[in-house]
Amino acid sequence: MKSLGSIRRSFAPWNDSSAKPYISFKNVTKRFGDFTAVDDLSLDIYNREFFALLGASGCGKSTLLRMLAGFETPTSGQIILDGQDLSQTPPYRRPVNMMFQSYALFPHMTVEKNIGFGLKQDGMPKDQIAYRVAQMLKLVKLEKFASRKPHQLSGGQRQRVALARSLAKQPKVLLLDEPLGALDKKLREETQFELMDLQQDLGLTFVVVTHDQEEAMTMADRIAVMSAGKVVQVATPAEIYEAPNSRFVADFIGDVNIFDGNVVSSEGGKTQIAVSEDLTIVAEQNGSGPASGAAAFAIRPEKVRIAREAPANPGFNAVKGEIWDIGYLGDMTIYIVKLASGQTVRASRLNASRELENPIGYDEEVWVSFDDNAGVVLKD
Amino acid sequence: MTKLSNALFNRLVIAIPYIWLIIFFMVPFFIVLRISFSQTAIAMPPYLPVFSLSDGWQGFWDNIGQLSFDNYIWLTEDALYINAYISSLTIAFISTCLTLLIGYPIAYGMARAPTSIRPTLLMLVILPFWTSFLIRVYAWIAILKPEGFLNQFLQAIGIIDDPLIILNTNIAVYIGIVYSYLPFMVLPLYSTLEKMDESLIEAAGDLGCPPLKAFWTITFPLSLPGVIAGFLLVFIPTVGEFVIPDLLGGSSTLMIGKTLWTEFNANRDWPVSAAVAIILLLVLVIPIAIFQNAQAKAAQQ
Repeated sequence: MKSLGSIRRSFAPWNDSSAKPYISFKNVTKRFGDFTAVDDLSLDIYNREFFALLGASGCGKSTLLRMLAGFETPTSGQIILDGQDLSQTPPYRRPVNMMFQSYALFPHMTVEKNIGFGLKQDGMPKDQIAYRVAQMLKLVKLEKFASRKPHQLSGGQRQRVALARSLAKQPKVLLLDEPLGALDKKLREETQFELMDLQQDLGLTFVVVTHDQEEAMTMADRIAVMSAGKVVQVATPAEIYEAPNSRFVADFIGDVNIFDGNVVSSEGGKTQIAVSEDLTIVAEQNGSGPASGAAAFAIRPEKVRIAREAPANPGFNAVKGEIWDIGYLGDMTIYIVKLASGQTVRASRLNASRELENPIGYDEEVWVSFDDNAGVVLKD
Repeated sequence: MTKLSNALFNRLVIAIPYIWLIIFFMVPFFIVLRISFSQTAIAMPPYLPVFSLSDGWQGFWDNIGQLSFDNYIWLTEDALYINAYISSLTIAFISTCLTLLIGYPIAYGMARAPTSIRPTLLMLVILPFWTSFLIRVYAWIAILKPEGFLNQFLQAIGIIDDPLIILNTNIAVYIGIVYSYLPFMVLPLYSTLEKMDESLIEAAGDLGCPPLKAFWTITFPLSLPGVIAGFLLVFIPTVGEFVIPDLLGGSSTLMIGKTLWTEFNANRDWPVSAAVAIILLLVLVIPIAIFQNAQAKAAQQ
């Protein structure tokens, strides 16, 4: 591990009230005809942050990025970069560069010319361009391909050229539109870590648009989960995963079990939710849960225990069911347990020992249980 | 189908364009080439020798011996022909450039138009073909003549006092050619521009390139295949164009198509007009073949 890791862990300017955001979207709305792509959205991104916009297609994440790049103009609202309102700045004068989803490499130019294109536009002297291009080629390990044309490169190589081209001008902010979408799985995983290293080494602000939650979780300092033109939650990957603020986010990121019920009591830092005759959930209170009325309890599969023996306090955070389905993945096993209420619960168990003898099998009766602090209470 | 007959079928399909070219291009070409080596005669057909199967081998070789390059030598001796070639190439070149200048913005606008109206625009470009070419050229006479619509209009709005003399000049020929051949320029340009990834222009802008510069450094170079195709599609038929210079041009408008027509119909000199046609073909085909060869080589690299 790099020593930079420790610096990174303490990087959380969003918790520091004195930190000034580097990029601010202020009540930004974008309409295309009747369709509202981005709806009164406000968002702050900090300097040197690796920020991910995550959402399904059509949620407005790409439009947001394109507005930052200047390809779309907000219908209303302001975009501020480093204290400067960008609304009157055309794309070719913005200190941001974008890596396009299609890479948008100029097919009639060599790799070298592609990377040097932006520098040439700035009127940089030829020898300096050559120097910087060589630097960039080294950075993305494409020194040998300098004089090739884009169509003579593989997908992964093209992706690196696109990256080198967008970094060549040393922009304040690098925008990445689905940067790894066209790569195969293995290459994608490798590139994720390369991008993270690059971002740290160069000390740039990265804003990445992706629909791949794994990609966002791996790379980003913070993630904004978007839906229907709005930001649903902005938080670190761990917060998004462990403390989703809504059913939508809980459901969108990873696997989740959701129990619907009614709040019975809410006192002493605990919320009790009556789910069914044989199950009452006692959960630690959190910001997003209601104090009364309908509520939902969301819990991740890996936090659900299954066992043959009855737990100490049956009925509270523990319920009986039978094994409905088993998915053996090698490193872990996923059990689908059907409760008496008809609901199925997904539990995953790390295969820490080899348990080849007497494993939990189909149709077996088991107890499903979890801890008070294992899940979150959500509004309905 | 068995494998064998499948292979046969594939070959047959490939053979069709070759057969077509042999029947409708190579055979006529050799007939014209043969006539160009003959001598004029007051006969039917109006040239000598005439090959006939009844002559036998001996007659065939005698006839071959009568063929000569006289007509080609004749073409070099009279400046009329060389001037007609040069003038044809010049007029064709200028009018092709004008067509490109007008066709490019049209094609560009079409390619950038909303997808829903593009088929309509395409239809509008092709629409003039639904009227006979000849009628459309005649219509230009009515527009361009001294008392025609154009002069009436310009006089009415007070830009000119005396009618402009456009008809029977080279300007009228340019107008006629540009008008008639515009679709042949617009269509190949449109098809290359339409295929172009718009994000390339955005990428250029993103990297600090203002729109106009982005056009010249990205859009235009990438549309060159369309420019070349359009240029050839207009230039080649224009060099030999006969109807437009004949109807719209004046007596001073010298074009090879008209010269050829005069030789063929007025002078009934088939051998010379055949030679004129052969030279025209060589003038056009050889440079284009060399150019295409170079392009194919460049594409391979």
